[in-house]
Amino acid sequence: MALFIDVEVDPKVAADSELARKLVEVCPVNIFALGKQDKLEVVEKNLDECTLCELCLAVAAPGSVKVKKLYGEREVLVRRE
Amino acid sequence: MRFYEFEAKQLFSKYGIPLPAGSRVAHSPEEAATIAEEIGGPVVLKAQVLTGGRMKAGGVLFADTPSEAAHAAEKILGLVIKGHVPRGVLVEARAPVEQEYYLGVTWDGFARLPVMVFSDMGGIDVEEVAEKHPEHIAKRHFSTIYPFSDYMAKELIASLGVSGTNLLRLTHIAAQLARAFRNHSLTLAEINPLARLKDGRFVCLDGHVDLEDDARESQRQILQELGIDPAEKRQARPPTEFEIRGAEIDASDPRGVAGNVVEFDGDLGLIIGAGGGSLTLFDAIRKHGGRPANYCEIGGNPSVAKTCALTKLILSKPGVKKIAVMMNVVSNTRVDLVARGVIKGVLECGYKPSEKIAIFRIPGSWESEGFKILKDYGVDYCDRTVSMYEAAGRAVAKMREG
Repeated sequence: MALFIDVEVDPKVAADSELARKLVEVCPVNIFALGKQDKLEVVEKNLDECTLCELCLAVAAPGSVKVKKLYGEREVLVRRE
Repeated sequence: MRFYEFEAKQLFSKYGIPLPAGSRVAHSPEEAATIAEEIGGPVVLKAQVLTGGRMKAGGVLFADTPSEAAHAAEKILGLVIKGHVPRGVLVEARAPVEQEYYLGVTWDGFARLPVMVFSDMGGIDVEEVAEKHPEHIAKRHFSTIYPFSDYMAKELIASLGVSGTNLLRLTHIAAQLARAFRNHSLTLAEINPLARLKDGRFVCLDGHVDLEDDARESQRQILQELGIDPAEKRQARPPTEFEIRGAEIDASDPRGVAGNVVEFDGDLGLIIGAGGGSLTLFDAIRKHGGRPANYCEIGGNPSVAKTCALTKLILSKPGVKKIAVMMNVVSNTRVDLVARGVIKGVLECGYKPSEKIAIFRIPGSWESEGFKILKDYGVDYCDRTVSMYEAAGRAVAKMREG
């Protein structure tokens, strides 16, 4: 169970295998993995390793990936245009 | 890296420092008997262990004949001395000693120079001589840049009133010891006792050599000549189960360091780091009257999982009441990631971080993010405006509060 970070991915993005591969590739701490039919899965046990590098936000469309801090002001990191 | 006595003596021998006749290692009673036969007289047999207290433990025995030597070697090889199994038995001639001296070269941390120490009272701890008979001790610093000249040794030895042939013989030994120290990046080269025999010759009866750990690579050649594997870890005692588990945690994840665990018998778990900073913090805890339960380094940005596992290990040690998480100012370790790992570890052990973490003092990269996490969990934290010494004091005060 993650205590500090949660990641929310738009289901449409998760179903896009090309984008899913990109997210798996860019994350330095393996928060994303490819599941059945190359569908994106979030690896729960790695969520707290998130370094807040925002690379996942950079490769996905604005608003489709959100990184949520579960502490402090509960800030949500999201790419905006 | 500590050398066994027989290795130290082999090194001394390469520098022309005289040893008792024989002076070879036996790994079986038969071998011991053969060496004793070659010596052809009374012998002393000594367990080769990297710890003191051999004599008390029965690790030093005397024999007059080869069969007695075999019997003694059998006894010694069956011993376990302070957890150490003898690597062999050093067999050498038992020399008729007229007088014992002390000769050593080590580092003087205050002067930042090597220092040669000579005493005409050998065979006992040099610290004891220094305390009770300071007039029997002579010291001299020397340069790491310029070659060591014989006259430096001669002056030192002569200052205690040694003269004539004795002075000449001792000068050679002392100068060669200093050269061995410098040439091989040693941190200690000691002969105690250095014995003058009844016939006037000097021999090294016992030797102690420590090599700077970081010099293993540059000293590969001499280590190979002495039959020492440079990768071999020479520890003063075997690691405990707790320490082995710490090493396993460190090895399980290549990200950063979270290990180098050394166990003590106190009640305050220490997650500390920053090179010399960790030693400073350990000393500061002791200075404030605290009792460390362990010395446990972190650094180089360990993963949250690794820090968490290490925290759980520390809390699993019986007697640990609280933990202190302290480092010097860090640039290569993220404060927020360490905070996450420690808090997660505490929670997974079923404790409240606010009660179990005595102090969290890691100023540096991403500290404001880390402080948000610590604040959320009610952990007492501080930034760089609180010195390491003060932080250690706060941790000890928390321990006293209970």
